[in-house]
Amino acid sequence: MSNQIALHEGLFTWPSSKPQLLGSRCTQCAEAAFPAQPDCRSCGSRDTTIVELGDHGILWTWTIQTFMPKQPYHSDETPETFRPYGVGYVEMPGGVRVEARLQANSPDQLEIGMLMKLDIIPFRTDENGDQKMTFSFSSAGKA
Amino acid sequence: MDVAIIGIGLHRFGRSPDMSGMQQGASAVRAALADADLSWADMQFAYGGSQDGGNADSLVNELGLTGLQFTNIWNGCATGGSSLHAAYSAIKSGEYDVGVVVGFDKHPRGAFNPQPKEWGLDDWYGETGLMLTTQFFALKTQRYMHDHGITEDALIRVSEKAFTNGSLTPTAWRQQALSYEEIANSMMVSDPLRKYMFCSPAEGGAALIVCNADKAHQYCSNPLFLKAAAVRTRHYGSFEVFAPSQAMQVADAPTVTASKAAFEQAGIGPEDVDVMQLQDTDSGTEIMHMAENGFCEHGEQEKLLREGATGINGRLPINTDGGCLANGEPVGASGLRQVYEVCVQLRGEGGARQVPNEPKVGYTHVYGAPGISGVNIITK
Ligand SMILES: [Zn+2]
Repeated sequence: MSNQIALHEGLFTWPSSKPQLLGSRCTQCAEAAFPAQPDCRSCGSRDTTIVELGDHGILWTWTIQTFMPKQPYHSDETPETFRPYGVGYVEMPGGVRVEARLQANSPDQLEIGMLMKLDIIPFRTDENGDQKMTFSFSSAGKA
Repeated sequence: MDVAIIGIGLHRFGRSPDMSGMQQGASAVRAALADADLSWADMQFAYGGSQDGGNADSLVNELGLTGLQFTNIWNGCATGGSSLHAAYSAIKSGEYDVGVVVGFDKHPRGAFNPQPKEWGLDDWYGETGLMLTTQFFALKTQRYMHDHGITEDALIRVSEKAFTNGSLTPTAWRQQALSYEEIANSMMVSDPLRKYMFCSPAEGGAALIVCNADKAHQYCSNPLFLKAAAVRTRHYGSFEVFAPSQAMQVADAPTVTASKAAFEQAGIGPEDVDVMQLQDTDSGTEIMHMAENGFCEHGEQEKLLREGATGINGRLPINTDGGCLANGEPVGASGLRQVYEVCVQLRGEGGARQVPNEPKVGYTHVYGAPGISGVNIITK
């Protein structure tokens, strides 16, 4: 029986029926960051707390990754099975633009300003047969 | 005190299968020394950098163990700008009179594959396929086009100009002009950027001999003057490569701040520049860098490119040797190649690619990960 394990701890709430992206917010200047970090890039304060950034957002920019990246890319794909994927920055309700994989992978499916929703999806299977989960966004219609 | 450039040398960009990166660096230094009519033993200091070619200070094994101060500089794509800035400061301080700046590289074929740890990032960022410079430039260009009404026509015209200029440059890697249609129909790599809109990692070397300007005429009859050298990193809110997130607020790019600092140092403005080299990792970045360096308004590029204003005979000649697009990018050498080309133009030695009307003021700009820019202003 395969388990679904977060690819990296602390990026999103998991396991969860309604997962949220996690980030940090500075208690001095209120700026948010993803992933969470102990220092604030805006004001240099070391006073930050972990916060939920939300589970939806607006597409700020996008592209399509058409070729299979070299290492350190580490998926289950081979050059033969590689499927292009979208990449974008999504404006989160938590007040930060997050870079993410997008499930849409053709230009006619993507438009700046689209409403996007967060999905936690299997990314690869590890040596124990467990599914490593990552975050991704898919279209939720016009904003 | 001013800083003069009295010697320039290039080891041709592209592929030199029989030479190591280091040997290409040494070749560039020898060419620059010959150009200045000086010897390696005359050099009091050196600054050099390379990404994949080895430690720059090992060049002494090729050039001679003279005991000079040799400091290695590594600052991503801005390595050349940073090395020249260090040399500028060394001479300005009065500590040294004459020295060399060198950059070289020899990259494996194909796209770069940076490692997350080296950039302060966790492995997941690279593993999930978010850590590609090509992606970043596409993402930034896509948003820029949306905000400023730039169309694919402008992207194509930048590449068309680059390969035309490359065809006029004997030292360029890509010497074949490409038609508008060939570029427009080339494979889409990362929307909106196509194959012929990206530069490739390559090989090559570039070197400059710099000296105290008060003594320049002892060494040569046609010195050029380095009027400004500025290097700046990013502010909070600027949209940069290798950023898992960005702030909602928008700050000026490091190019804007480096450019302003350089113009202030030189006491001139963008309108005074006759020939310029702007980092063109891809055609989208050249467009953005035109405005970030102050040479036009955001959005004006579309019209300027359509009019041919950035060509060799235009009023804003940009990347006269074909830039990174036609020369490839050996990271350690690339920024110094820009300075080399501007010096060639100011000396009037550009041959088929010479900018007309005796250009007097040149400008170079490098941009690198994770958000660093270096600008130099050079005058006759
Ligand atoms: Zn703060």
